[in-house]
Amino acid sequence: MKIAVCIKRVPDSETRVKIAPDGKSLDEAGVKFVLNPYDEFAVEEALRRKEQAGAGEVVIVCLGPAAAQETIRSALAMGADRGVLLQTDRIPADGFEVAKALAAELKDGGWDLILFGKMAIDDYNHQVGPMVAELLGLACVTAVAHLELAPGTGTAEREIEGGIEVVEFPLPAVLTTEKGLNEPRYPALKGIMAAKKKPLPTKPVALPPGGIEVLALLPPAERKDGRIVGEGPDAVAELVRLLREDAKVL
Amino acid sequence: MTAVLAVLEQRDGALRKVSHEVVTGARRLADGLGGEVEALVFGTGPVRGTDQLAKYGADRVITATGAAFASYAPEGFARAVAEHAQAGGYRAVLFGATGKDLAPRVAARLGVALAMDVTDVAVEGGAVTATRPVYAGKALLRVQLGGAPAILALRPNVFTPVERPRPGAAATVALDLPAGRVIVKHVKAAAAGAVDVAEAPIVISGGRGLKEPANFKLLEELARAFGGSAAVGASRAVVDAGWRPHADQVGQTGKTVSPTLYVAVGISGAIQHLAGMRTSKVIVAINKDKDAPIFKICDYGIVGDLFEIVPRLTEEIKKAVGH
Repeated sequence: MKIAVCIKRVPDSETRVKIAPDGKSLDEAGVKFVLNPYDEFAVEEALRRKEQAGAGEVVIVCLGPAAAQETIRSALAMGADRGVLLQTDRIPADGFEVAKALAAELKDGGWDLILFGKMAIDDYNHQVGPMVAELLGLACVTAVAHLELAPGTGTAEREIEGGIEVVEFPLPAVLTTEKGLNEPRYPALKGIMAAKKKPLPTKPVALPPGGIEVLALLPPAERKDGRIVGEGPDAVAELVRLLREDAKVL
Repeated sequence: MTAVLAVLEQRDGALRKVSHEVVTGARRLADGLGGEVEALVFGTGPVRGTDQLAKYGADRVITATGAAFASYAPEGFARAVAEHAQAGGYRAVLFGATGKDLAPRVAARLGVALAMDVTDVAVEGGAVTATRPVYAGKALLRVQLGGAPAILALRPNVFTPVERPRPGAAATVALDLPAGRVIVKHVKAAAAGAVDVAEAPIVISGGRGLKEPANFKLLEELARAFGGSAAVGASRAVVDAGWRPHADQVGQTGKTVSPTLYVAVGISGAIQHLAGMRTSKVIVAINKDKDAPIFKICDYGIVGDLFEIVPRLTEEIKKAVGH
């Protein structure tokens, strides 16, 4: 099994978003960056598939700034074999440009599987995985919550609104991973030490801005201050009256 | 001139709820661009609900029929939409951001950008602009789309359908396309009557304050009292603890929801949870801790023991809505 896993370095989900002076980007001062949580499922799944096959290679591919080397090392510490950083300080808002850069790196790699998290928790773009599949002409299943593989073929379950689709696909394929697919391992100390010696070349890339121009990054609409209706079950009647007469949602 | 293509989704022969929202967004863009709205639906035969689309501003409804469209087939659908979009020369192509699977493929096939999960659209200086939540709604990104066509997927439950009657024309085209390599074998339906948290107009969510998984039945009873339109959601803490399926999780690593009414029960309001539900129209919080962060963003809060408050609320809602 030769598996590529595309990962992203993102602000931790506990981050309080502060907007930079340019009015278009995140103020990164004091922000803790982590491996995108959905990508952890992709890394874990790749490692399990390689372990089951008893042979193969798991390669981590990441587009991002120099600091993303640390993010790649965390995936190597989980057990991936090597990584490559497509280094740029400017990740365009247009996910298709990101997809093109990744597809150029992955092309002709002889992969059995190319895995992505189903989305990144910063830009919520939900698109780079299936776009890479289209660019490489590979089959693709998104938001995979359960996976079974057989020689040359696979069956996946993906959650859709109100149900679960059971999908068959041929290999090689691009899959994007959903929470619940597996329980990602924590890197052991031995893995962290080993990761420091694993190959991690850096390739500088320059991406065009693409078809999406950022006009502004804005704070969300303020909600007016919360109102305590009362305490205990006796406040319920007043709450229901407010929902009906004031908020008009009943 | 047809300016905007609205690609609509059906299941089991009927249009999905998000369709009217997509047509409403498409109408708004078409008015700004000066042109018509065409709606495109796929099915094995006629699709129920297409006769309602003219009311929401569709100038023309095309039903593409073919054996490959019995169920969603990612490759076949992407090819059909991309070829239709290419031939039509639209300024914009709109989808509902439900499956989030089709729009990226169509954008890649057309070689243009996609704005996913859009909550507002406009035409400014002749260009299509969109607003979309990022960082799970902790911030909003305003963007201008340069692609021809501009491709946008609209977040469900955000665009209120507006009646904008047009004379409306309907046509059916038969498409003989292969489904592609990726085949949906079957769909395991969720429990009968279950509503998905991302689509439900009312969401009742529970957190650690419920104390144990079995107590979620209190929330299920409250959801039923609303008469079948409410879904039960959950905080990350209880999903990680295995109490509830991850498909029910609301928050930055779960679903982002915008229901008309969100009721947070026994949820303190961690920042990653608030991010996932702060765009709800009305938020009710029930928590024993009066200093819980959830009370800072709720519209109405009740401080106290949820095990006393929720059953009372269920009774009152039954009376109020007559179920």
